[in-house]
Amino acid sequence: MPVAPDPNPSFAAYAHPERLVTSEWLGAHIGAPGVKIVESDEDVLLYDVGHIPGAVKIDWHLDLNDPVTRDYIDGEAFADLMSRKGISRDDTVVIYGDKSNWWAAYALWVFTLFGHEDVRLLDGGRDAWIAEDRGTTLDVPENPRTDYPVVERDDAAIRAFKDDVLGHLGKGPLIDVRSPQEYTGERTHMPDYPEEGALRGGHIPTAASIPWAKAAAPDSRFRSRTELEEIYAAYAPTDDVVAYCRIGERSSHTWFVLTHLLGFDKVRNYDGSWTEWGNAVRVPIAKGEEPGEVPATA
Amino acid sequence: MSLPEPLAEIVDDFAAVDGQQKLQLLLEFSRELPDLPAELEQAAMEPVPECQSPLFLSVDAADREHVRLYFSAPPEAPTTRGFASILHQGLDGQSAKAILDVPADFYSALGLAEAVSPLRLRGMSAMLTRIKRHLTD
Repeated sequence: MPVAPDPNPSFAAYAHPERLVTSEWLGAHIGAPGVKIVESDEDVLLYDVGHIPGAVKIDWHLDLNDPVTRDYIDGEAFADLMSRKGISRDDTVVIYGDKSNWWAAYALWVFTLFGHEDVRLLDGGRDAWIAEDRGTTLDVPENPRTDYPVVERDDAAIRAFKDDVLGHLGKGPLIDVRSPQEYTGERTHMPDYPEEGALRGGHIPTAASIPWAKAAAPDSRFRSRTELEEIYAAYAPTDDVVAYCRIGERSSHTWFVLTHLLGFDKVRNYDGSWTEWGNAVRVPIAKGEEPGEVPATA
Repeated sequence: MSLPEPLAEIVDDFAAVDGQQKLQLLLEFSRELPDLPAELEQAAMEPVPECQSPLFLSVDAADREHVRLYFSAPPEAPTTRGFASILHQGLDGQSAKAILDVPADFYSALGLAEAVSPLRLRGMSAMLTRIKRHLTD
């Protein structure tokens, strides 16, 4: 990695401590050569209310999703986005965002689909920066355009599609990271988002319920390795794990935790998630608190 | 579409600008959301059961010819504040009938769908539904 990792001892126990930076580290690296800061939020206006000096905004809806097909942008669009934002292929990209880095982790996962090597999260995200009164600006940086190469997206390693999940049933662990009410089927949508529903409630059979937020401490930072190992005690780092939520953003947070903090080597995010599964015809669904059996036809 | 005059003007304002400017306009609205009157501040701090939404809403329909609307949302949710502010400036003081007549999909005329995820945008319609529910219950 071109820029030395944050040596903060609080990260030392994680499998890949180089994937996190503290607010102190970031504060000292604003404007440093080879370091680019990206804000990625759920709330599209937050960046414009004030952001970390030097940070550029990448919006999950406008920038990372294909405007027509339900898919991510392709290699050309990603190269254009990076070039417009002034990011080079060998830059260290530090991403931060609102809601315990929910969308920041999602953006990091998409960067990973394109094989951008050095991409890190600001531990604690936007909340930590604001809580520590580290200063924000309204100035949007005008980075000189770069010439980011066109790299084809590689979905195979970290992304699962519906058919992959159907084939995965009974063969490897599935983790449902939504709220317990969504898991049981009591709700067909997130508590705060009644408009993002599905026609059926419940979960994918055999999936365990481990809400994503368990991995986040109240101050929005990640929990310690010991705490995380306890939360995911049922799994081994060599397990072939698929995580899902509603549209794939909360499960990106869990993907980050399992992959980079606990060192799991095969975790995939099923981004179709419940908005695909809960609306698909004739896929098996389990209701209630139990994971449910592997369907005979699966 | 039958919209009360102030709301129709807001829709026109949004129609007159495009792209990034629409977001700037929404940001201006979010800054203009007035603070709650003192007597409602306490109520806004009490959690609403079964609802983790950052939006606090109070509807005073004692005078159905002049319905008063009060909103509050935290600064870390500027989009929610922006939506609330549009409804506040567009509908506060209108009659119950005028509010009930606002089409549930009026927000689509704001043309924000390209800048704000359409899923989130429907949150504004959910807000309007909550207001209407107060007026029909």
